[in-house]
Amino acid sequence: MNREDFPILKNELIYFDNGATTLKPQQVIDAVTDYYTNYTANAHRGDYDNSLKVDMMYEETRTKVKNFIHANSEKEIIFTSGATDSLNRIVFGYMKYNLQPGDEVLITKAEHASNVLPWLELEKEKGIVVKYIPLENHLVTLENVKRSITEHTKVISLAQVTNVLGDVRPIFEIGEFCRENNILLVVDGAQSVPHMEVDVIKLNIDFLAFSAHKMLGPTGVGVLYGKEELLEKMHPTSFGGGMNSTFTSDKIVEYKSLPTRLEAGTPNIAGVIGLGAAIDYLTNIGMDRIQEHEKHLKQYFLEKAKDMNQLVIYNKDLDNGLIAFNIDGVFSQDTAVYLNHYHICVRAGNHCAKILKEDLLVKNTCRISFYLYNTEEEIDQLIEVLKNSKDIFQIVL
Amino acid sequence: MDPKLKREILLDHYQNPTNRGLVEDDSYIKINTNNESCIDNLDIMYKIENGKIIDIRFDGEACAISTSATSIMIQSFIGKTKEEALKILENYENMLNEKEYDPEVLGDLNLYQDIYKQPNRKKCAFLPFESFKKVIEKIEEK
Repeated sequence: MNREDFPILKNELIYFDNGATTLKPQQVIDAVTDYYTNYTANAHRGDYDNSLKVDMMYEETRTKVKNFIHANSEKEIIFTSGATDSLNRIVFGYMKYNLQPGDEVLITKAEHASNVLPWLELEKEKGIVVKYIPLENHLVTLENVKRSITEHTKVISLAQVTNVLGDVRPIFEIGEFCRENNILLVVDGAQSVPHMEVDVIKLNIDFLAFSAHKMLGPTGVGVLYGKEELLEKMHPTSFGGGMNSTFTSDKIVEYKSLPTRLEAGTPNIAGVIGLGAAIDYLTNIGMDRIQEHEKHLKQYFLEKAKDMNQLVIYNKDLDNGLIAFNIDGVFSQDTAVYLNHYHICVRAGNHCAKILKEDLLVKNTCRISFYLYNTEEEIDQLIEVLKNSKDIFQIVL
Repeated sequence: MDPKLKREILLDHYQNPTNRGLVEDDSYIKINTNNESCIDNLDIMYKIENGKIIDIRFDGEACAISTSATSIMIQSFIGKTKEEALKILENYENMLNEKEYDPEVLGDLNLYQDIYKQPNRKKCAFLPFESFKKVIEKIEEK
């Protein structure tokens, strides 16, 4: 749907790598360009017209984000450089000061590096203990979450949707369980917020991280959501302009209130304004429609591919918009290079979830991840190319 | 060379590479070579005695270009001195980077002379040679 809004699609291009980043509609490009062309100014600074307009656009986006994820207040929305930055701030701005040595954090082996490495660093630095919830057929179940809990469990940190198989975790059930047991729930929303309705209150999410560029927005901007009472206890990980209210030569320092206290330095203003346009765009279509469209495309692909024995598909049974596959006997990267010859973009690799292979027993896969602008015709072309894949080495060698 | 023949040779090296399979032997130096830009992941082990390459073995998962290049490198390096191997490496690297090189010393490695046209594959073609550089560093540290 809406393909005409995406200028890049005028080229010969079939883009199936939306889990990595998404294409940008003209509306987002225009919003960014408009800021640079017509009203460049810093935020929260001047008293002239352009600066006031920047303030307004920047803070309006905060409200849009708040509404988009159904948060209670603008104070709960912090702009960051992306989901990775958001997760690092949660770990090093909040957990570092509020967890004690011996406290346990539960993650899984299917997490993205950004939801593993900060925790492992904090384990080394602070003596918290990182444990893995066992996966059941690669999936997280509430039962296994319950089984992994000890009296020391303080945090569960999970992707809502994984980026390798695209499975949707039962965050609602886990959220209820966390609330009943006084456990903090951190959610990596990088692969979920762009594709489905996410309601932080209903899901009892304490912290949520996501990136603008995976939801039609610009690169270099992301969101950290935290419940207000938690963000009040979060330490800034950057100090400087914009976030202080006063400091004197005798070293009396006072910081501003939320959310400004956690946004030191000139923010990515163009990026934030672009994110605002992306949210408007997605909201106009409706997240439910987008999710349905992606699921439909996967079913369409599976139907077309059902007699193709050379394809090994790892996540057939998951009702989502992501296909993890290999051509039997072909290294995933060779498949990706072959598809690229036909202007079809897919991702090959371990998708930054390097420890999942211990569980999946497959080191590398090709990943097709759909978004709203993908079509059945594109899948027809993909199927055609895959059918001819016995010629793959004519192309890649 | 005829592209079809060239492809056949490379494919044969990919599907039936030289010396696939590691051995338990402490006299080898083992290097894991994880290409930073992509996903190839090979273990390559070298047995070098008195400055001469006695044996090279490898295992792991990698694309067709990396795997075939490893196989051909192994064939061209075994029996050579360290210096001779480094000379091959230098000329091969120059070829990949479109600099002046001597095709005489490269043998079957000349099959990769067109790789520069696909800049994203250059690292794959050079992957096994990175491991040889690391081996040399290790030997010199000792």
